[in-house]
Amino acid sequence: MSEYAVDKTLDARGLSCPMPSVKTALALEKMSLGEVLEVLTDDPVSKKDLPVWAESTGNELLGVKEEDKTIKIYLKKA
Amino acid sequence: MAGQIKNRGSVTLVLFSGEMDKAIAAFVIATAAASMGMTVNIFFTFWGLNVIKKEGGLIKGQNWMQKMLNMMNYGHARKLALSKMNMAGMGPAMMKVMMSKKKVPSLKEFIKTAGELGVKFYPCEMSMSVMGLKKEDFIDECQDVIGAVSYLAIAKDSEVNLFI
Repeated sequence: MSEYAVDKTLDARGLSCPMPSVKTALALEKMSLGEVLEVLTDDPVSKKDLPVWAESTGNELLGVKEEDKTIKIYLKKA
Repeated sequence: MAGQIKNRGSVTLVLFSGEMDKAIAAFVIATAAASMGMTVNIFFTFWGLNVIKKEGGLIKGQNWMQKMLNMMNYGHARKLALSKMNMAGMGPAMMKVMMSKKKVPSLKEFIKTAGELGVKFYPCEMSMSVMGLKKEDFIDECQDVIGAVSYLAIAKDSEVNLFI
């Protein structure tokens, strides 16, 4: 379990640049303000790109965690 | 989608090339920018028109020269060559396998995603008339057929402009 109250999880594992950002955008689009999205990815580029994506779209990056090969990125819709 | 997101700048790409690798580069940038909430326009001109041709159908054109050109240049998104190491079609076939192993979407999937993200596709009117192509010859994602002046009007209001 994560320390954040996750409203939705997006499993983007196996996808490569730019699809994790694209899927994240589409997933957050369907969510309400203040809800938390957990993005699972194994793409090393996304570990750098998704925080940049959050900053440039004005969504809040709550945290980035790594477990084995899975990178978990927590985003709050703003 | 594009309409619901606040304006966060815009990207305008000119896709002049009709090769698979260059088209994929254009669509990677286009879909990434659209995911960031940017307005994305792609102006397809000359060989770039091959990327957005519909699959199938008769050989297009109004005269023998146009028909011959469109026969030899019978493109659509799944049938494009590589700009290097094409090796009579072996290059693209191998590249498709290598890309799908890395879960990189195919060009056709990229085009579909771009459409869903609200990327605007503009075929170039002058190239179309030279090659004898009509709006119906292109995939449904295509919006207005525009000319150089309309492209420039869009480009001068864009922060990012690329010619591919």
